[in-house]
Amino acid sequence: MSKKQDKKHQQQAAEPSLDFSKALIYTPAPESSAHIRLKKQYDLFINGTWVKPSKGGYFETINPSTEQVLAKVAEGTQEDVDKAVKAARAAYENVWSKMPARERAKYIYRIARLIQERAREFAVIESMDGGKPIRESRDIDIPLAANHFFYYAGWADKLEYAFPGKNPESIGVAGQIIPWNFPLLMAAWKIAPALAAGNTVVLKPAESTPLTALKLAEIIEESGLPAGVVNIVTGAGATGAAIVNHPDIDKIAFTGSTDVGKLIQKAIAGTGKKLTLELGGKAANIIFEDAALDQAVEGIVNGIFFNQGHVCCAGSRLFVQEGVADKVIRKLKDRMASLIVGDPMDKNTDIGAINSPEQLKKINEYLKIGVNEGGEVFQPNCSIPSKGYFCKPTLFLNTSQSHRVVQEEIFGPVLAVQTFRTVEEVIEKANNTPYGLSAGVWTDKGSKIFNMTTKLKAGVVWANTYNKFDPSSPFGGFRESGFGREGGLHGLLPYLNLR
Amino acid sequence: MGNHNVSYQPSISPPIDQISVEERCARFQSRSIKGETKVAGLKLALSMIDLTTLEGKDSEGKVKQLCYKAMHPHDAMPGIPTVAAVCVYPTMVRTARKALKGSNIKVAAVATAFPSGLAPLKVKLDDTKFAVEEGADEIDMVISRGKFLQGDFNFVFDEIAAVKEACGKAHLKVILETGELSTLDNVRKASDIAIFAGADFIKTSTGKIQPAATMPVTLVMLEAIRDYYYETGKMIGMKPAGGIATSKLALHYLVMVRETLGEAWMNPDWFRFGASKLANDILMQLAKDQTGVYQSLNYFSND
Amino acid sequence: MASTSTPKKPTAKKTDVAQNNGQAEKKQTGSSRIKVQKTYKIFINGQFPRTESGRYYPLTLSDSSIVNLCLSSRKDIRNAVVAAREAQEKWAARAGLNKSQILYRLAEMLETRSSQFIEELQLMGATKESAIKETETAIDRLIYYAGWCDKFNAIFSSVNPVSSSHFNFSSNEPTGVVTIVAAEESGLLGLISVMAPVIAGGNTCVVLASESKALGAVTLAEVIATSDIPAGVVNILTGTRKELLAHMANHMDVNAIYLHSNKAEEIKEVETLSALNVKRARIEFVSNWFEPKEENPYRIQDFIEVKTTWHPIGI
Repeated sequence: MSKKQDKKHQQQAAEPSLDFSKALIYTPAPESSAHIRLKKQYDLFINGTWVKPSKGGYFETINPSTEQVLAKVAEGTQEDVDKAVKAARAAYENVWSKMPARERAKYIYRIARLIQERAREFAVIESMDGGKPIRESRDIDIPLAANHFFYYAGWADKLEYAFPGKNPESIGVAGQIIPWNFPLLMAAWKIAPALAAGNTVVLKPAESTPLTALKLAEIIEESGLPAGVVNIVTGAGATGAAIVNHPDIDKIAFTGSTDVGKLIQKAIAGTGKKLTLELGGKAANIIFEDAALDQAVEGIVNGIFFNQGHVCCAGSRLFVQEGVADKVIRKLKDRMASLIVGDPMDKNTDIGAINSPEQLKKINEYLKIGVNEGGEVFQPNCSIPSKGYFCKPTLFLNTSQSHRVVQEEIFGPVLAVQTFRTVEEVIEKANNTPYGLSAGVWTDKGSKIFNMTTKLKAGVVWANTYNKFDPSSPFGGFRESGFGREGGLHGLLPYLNLR
Repeated sequence: MGNHNVSYQPSISPPIDQISVEERCARFQSRSIKGETKVAGLKLALSMIDLTTLEGKDSEGKVKQLCYKAMHPHDAMPGIPTVAAVCVYPTMVRTARKALKGSNIKVAAVATAFPSGLAPLKVKLDDTKFAVEEGADEIDMVISRGKFLQGDFNFVFDEIAAVKEACGKAHLKVILETGELSTLDNVRKASDIAIFAGADFIKTSTGKIQPAATMPVTLVMLEAIRDYYYETGKMIGMKPAGGIATSKLALHYLVMVRETLGEAWMNPDWFRFGASKLANDILMQLAKDQTGVYQSLNYFSND
Repeated sequence: MASTSTPKKPTAKKTDVAQNNGQAEKKQTGSSRIKVQKTYKIFINGQFPRTESGRYYPLTLSDSSIVNLCLSSRKDIRNAVVAAREAQEKWAARAGLNKSQILYRLAEMLETRSSQFIEELQLMGATKESAIKETETAIDRLIYYAGWCDKFNAIFSSVNPVSSSHFNFSSNEPTGVVTIVAAEESGLLGLISVMAPVIAGGNTCVVLASESKALGAVTLAEVIATSDIPAGVVNILTGTRKELLAHMANHMDVNAIYLHSNKAEEIKEVETLSALNVKRARIEFVSNWFEPKEENPYRIQDFIEVKTTWHPIGI
């Protein structure tokens, strides 16, 4: 206990406090990685085979918790992208668009089943490559990814019912660029609906997390999917630009930062390419006095510390009604005391590694900014590993809308906390942002929920829950959080021409 | 009357979201408890057990044998703690007291027309006083669930307060019978009523109906205890009873207590398991840990 | 065309039957190994009891062998409805994705056993080509409906723009227990084409299989029993329409009946008896189950009830 607390203890009325530091310390429970198969070097997956990069360049992908190199991955250049697009176009024209929809569906079902069979291997590799806790990759990322393929497989031969009065047709070749926070899941979110709708794909995974996409390519090989229907081209920003700018791509799908999204939107202006963007957010998580408070606190924790806060829809702005603010903050601090920051491969880890040194640097900069702005910092007394990129879960208390840590997306386990008094006030403040991806509402009163969901300018509103995803549930943003939806019937729209 | 200056009102109890509670409980169960933590946890759990026999056919002989088991869980294995208490009907208290002489094991008696609680107040108070006079250290009472579901919270409150008085020096555990309360909102309300009315411990179940203890109701009760502790500085104990037959589950419960209330509650003074089969399962797990092979019940006494 | 429980030929004597079956065997294997003959039972609550009536009816197969099928009674229907009712709430409560995967797995198992179905269809008179086509279409149709389990809500539900300040939504619920009087002429495809949409919607069913083409139904029951479909969700009886149609239609704990028929008397009987408890009666006659239009989500909607909920929008 701190000196301050010792002193208080000597006073007559000791302030009650709970001690989470000593009891039942969990011994490490590491997930075995002995069974996974990782190559030392990966080439590009183009036209159904593994192809060396045309300029012969490779880059390393590391494990952010150990800083060790996991594998070398090919650097796709403009020529490689061109090869991939040609393969995708040929596959589209000659095979995929001609195949009866019900047979297309069977390939997608196969992919889903193969992911399920190899689930544990995928989960381990995902945690090693990206840093997220094995519990999350095992229980959330991988099952959702498999389910996404399973769900969209079923739409392939049912498109005539999805859009009344229309005769939907596939678009052609889709170029897809995905981020590093949910590598396999984002690949599933992009590839599954594209294929179900009859398109072919050139996909670039994020440069810091290419491995599960490459393992997915292996599964795609195994499934017998015709060559060229899915092509995986690894690389960094230049590779992505090559895809965005390629003249024979009909549609671009991008998930990533708002800044890059705007660049892409500008780049394809006038080209006739279709575009969907899923960008950043700064979601308001709103707790009313009449909420189930302990469960709301769980929702706060889930909202900002899930996946180290590397979530576009993270509940990164907490609004708590003033009357219960002290209570909620106290409960939140107690809850944070039992969060374990550590080795992603330990099954008990709650908060894993920050994805890259660059991202950790960014987060630490915001921590400095927040302190300089006068926000009151709180971090629990947990240990963090000496190696690797780690950040303690952090609260900035007593902030306001004018603070930079409240306005800007930090993309880390950092929560900015404000109080509010009335419904009108919190709606205004929640909407007072250029973003509009998601929001959380915690109240026991039904009519208030429906009122909030009507007024909040966000593409996803979670009431009395947070960070829930389902293949059948459309996800996407308002305003600068992007446009287009992924998931559900609405998720087919971006990949179809409705004639 | 009761623990607190403020008298109970329903508005003190917050609403509870069941789905969210269940999700939190699932998260507790995904904690991996291995190695030293596991052994320490198992021994702790064993020391928290109220070894129970509450059958119509209980006899002095049965109770004596149970008490011996309580003091000697498995003499073949050194370093095993004894259980916390033995729990019996009031007419068996004297026998238990005698059989446990010389040990630190407490005698708990169920009282107040257990398990239904449907009897006049006088009968319930006499039941309590009798058990206390016979030597019970702890009294496990049942609340009037029918009155609770009718909304007569004052009745429930007053009854608990009266039994508390009848307990004298004995500790009072108040059984909510969560399996009959239907919602977690009700479990929270009943917990708050019991605590405000004078409970030293709150307890989930009689073990006579299904469902008995579950992790969700226990979590709600732990949260009630936590809120009360922060308001008043006073600690209240927790006892889930019935349905906890495996070591694995007992360890999940310990994780739950650890992450909700912390160090101070992680001992038999403040947390008990109401169980009978659990003891042997813990012993089997400890034996497996020592020997490396899976065990059979044949090797452990079943008194 | 009322069917009787005796074959058209003069009553076969035991020795004739034995001789017929023996000859059929020898033809098939050309060896002297005696085959274990199959007992065709009915399928109730995940198990294979014989009909409680103890009766049978013979079916002559294309290789001249004769098999005995259970001649089910109204008590079997009664038992099956109890099982279906018991299973219905839990089946309906399963997530759409879960049902989807269960039906897909059933298709996986059918695919693995397709040669058995193809053989039996031939024994019931089909050519090899049409048997293959029917089996493959049946599997594909099952996959088709598997894919609808977690999607039909997207096209049949709605959020309704009412004029008052209320959140108003219409959601789908399964109607409950459905009795299915399957197509006589199409033993496998006709059965799967109705059973799949019924259970995809969350209903449970009691199926009276085709009388003359019953083999596929019984084998299908065996595959269902070893799949992940919970007991009681699908129950399959063999027997005659003449005896059982009324009981499929008049049971007070059945919510809907599907009848495949173009006979005026059958239709009138079913519709009349349905009035007893306002059963939803769905009647049709499909001449060609292979037509693409015969697989569509409206077959799911036929056995769905719409529930509309209102809640104020306010503070």
